[in-house]
Amino acid sequence: MSPVVFMQGNEAVVEGALAAGARFYAGYPITPSSEIAELASRRLPAVGGVYLQMEDEIASIGAVIGASLAGAKAFTATSGPGFSLMQENIGLAVMLEVPCVVVNVMRSGPSTGLATKPAQADVMQARWGTHGDHPAVALAPWSVQECFSLTVAAFNAAERLRTPVFLLSDEIIGRMREGVTLPEPGSLELVERPAPTGPAAEYRPYRPGPDGVPPLAAFGGPYVFHATSSMHDEMGVSANDAATAASVISRLVAKSRFALDFLPGPEVVRSAETGRGCRPGEPVLLVAFGSSARSARQVMLDHPDHPMTLFRPRCLWPFPEKELSALLADHGAVVVAEMNTGQLLLEVERVAAGRVPVAAALRSDGEIITPEQIWETVREVARRPRPAAQALGWKEGGR
Amino acid sequence: MSRTYLDYLNEKAMPHMWCPGCGNGNILKALLAAFAALDLDPRKTVVVTGIGCWGKADDYVTTNAVHGTHGRALALATGIKAYRPDLTVVALMGDGDCATIGGNHFIHAARRNVGITAVVANNHNYGMTGGQFSATTPAGSRTSTSPYGHAEEAFDLCELARAAGANYVARTTVCHYRQMEKLITEALAGEGFSLVEVMTPCPTYFGRLNRRGGPPEMWRSLKEEPGLRTGCLVKASRPSFEARYAEIQKAARAMTGEERDPDAR
Repeated sequence: MSPVVFMQGNEAVVEGALAAGARFYAGYPITPSSEIAELASRRLPAVGGVYLQMEDEIASIGAVIGASLAGAKAFTATSGPGFSLMQENIGLAVMLEVPCVVVNVMRSGPSTGLATKPAQADVMQARWGTHGDHPAVALAPWSVQECFSLTVAAFNAAERLRTPVFLLSDEIIGRMREGVTLPEPGSLELVERPAPTGPAAEYRPYRPGPDGVPPLAAFGGPYVFHATSSMHDEMGVSANDAATAASVISRLVAKSRFALDFLPGPEVVRSAETGRGCRPGEPVLLVAFGSSARSARQVMLDHPDHPMTLFRPRCLWPFPEKELSALLADHGAVVVAEMNTGQLLLEVERVAAGRVPVAAALRSDGEIITPEQIWETVREVARRPRPAAQALGWKEGGR
Repeated sequence: MSRTYLDYLNEKAMPHMWCPGCGNGNILKALLAAFAALDLDPRKTVVVTGIGCWGKADDYVTTNAVHGTHGRALALATGIKAYRPDLTVVALMGDGDCATIGGNHFIHAARRNVGITAVVANNHNYGMTGGQFSATTPAGSRTSTSPYGHAEEAFDLCELARAAGANYVARTTVCHYRQMEKLITEALAGEGFSLVEVMTPCPTYFGRLNRRGGPPEMWRSLKEEPGLRTGCLVKASRPSFEARYAEIQKAARAMTGEERDPDAR
């Protein structure tokens, strides 16, 4: 039997990272993520790994990228202010196609904001924070168990895709303690970056493999290679022509879509569909992630006579739009609950495209959204008329 | 069979992109000759560059190379060296890259004494973007963003590195080729952080805007610049970051090997 231990969310991230094979961490202390740095500084050297505390978050992710190019599974952790500083080199990791994991234990902003209080307001920053067209992969745990398992999934995705992957935790998830089942060593499925084969002289570090991801050598091994932040050809040499730029950008951006094939899908929890709905036969679809999803789940437990479904994306980017879209026909309304002024809401509205009313229970004062606030929104949205599908030109099931 | 500098030169990328009268080509040759003098294995050598004229040098080498973001070469290099202490890691930066946008990384890399050789080309301005002032532009100088003269004082990079704790600090100029090659070789061979600052002219911008004449005049005055201290300025033997961290790894392993909680006293 795997042992059950009582653990903090931030600690579970470190345990997940180590279980995934991470051997390098570089970071800068910031509330509410610092426990990740502290535990990494204790655990990594004991397993032959390296903990670096850099002069700022710009340098932290820079060192992570360097170590990853030298063959390490590498990660860093931060919160909003540090995540902002990292955006420049997140783009570098995208362009160099260097796997790494960036944990953002979200706190309330903007700027220093409410430094010790939770928020979920970096959803769009995770998607669009670095400049230029780029893919984005972001996972969001709702429990200490998922701090472990989604960290493993984040490393697997980063290595498979050769791109930075974010773990969007928040102050509540990162700081709370729960029982966690730690898998037996060796029982986890771990993914290693695609490795080059064949003669060293023929290695082309940016020639796409069968799934579009080029094999990555490590500095110091048999393959000598060149990597550049500038637009580049298959040899990693600067190239300015339009055809190269078009093919590189489209290949990089396509990583988001490819990621959908193997990233953890959304969790869908249906309440017993026996009771009275907002409208007969039309339960409300709750959409929430991270700590807000715990409040949303509580609403369902508090009101068992009202059919509701919780749609909880574990992967925020790419957004699981197909799964959400498929649920819309069976629901009378959607309520999005998140600790910001409406970020994932935009994505849900885009997918709903007027087919069902979408309401939001939002909060950005540093306090958790309560089940009562979500319930009020559920009751309010139930009173809205459902838009006529024909009038909007919608065919059910197709977008 | 020992290597020559040509073994490290990516001849396919020639001719290089630097302006006539620029000294970067000379620095490149000295660097690659230093590689050859130490017979460095290209597979075990990583050249890290940032952004700027000298930051294009990665295109011209046959070793491993990574061209990163502006000012962050030392951050990448630190990650590489910390994870793979057996590799030779070289950071090539200009004065804008190293001393200005990357100034924080520079002093901390020196303080950390991480085993990186920084070869910094100092031409007193940002050449790549059109000759704006940098943190090494002398006060009073004219640049494309100090048309009435520069209001700020310049950093002395070698003093900065010395104060921060670098093991090896040296200055030379592109007019002193043999000294340049010798100093870079020494820097590469040593432990801990090393800086070789190479003074080089920028006739295209700094020289033109300050009426310093063309390349011949600029090279001559650089060669004879009064009061410019060149040669090895600091040679210390503090343990490198990697050496110290290896001790930490040993201690951590010993503690966990005994199944002791590191918090237990």
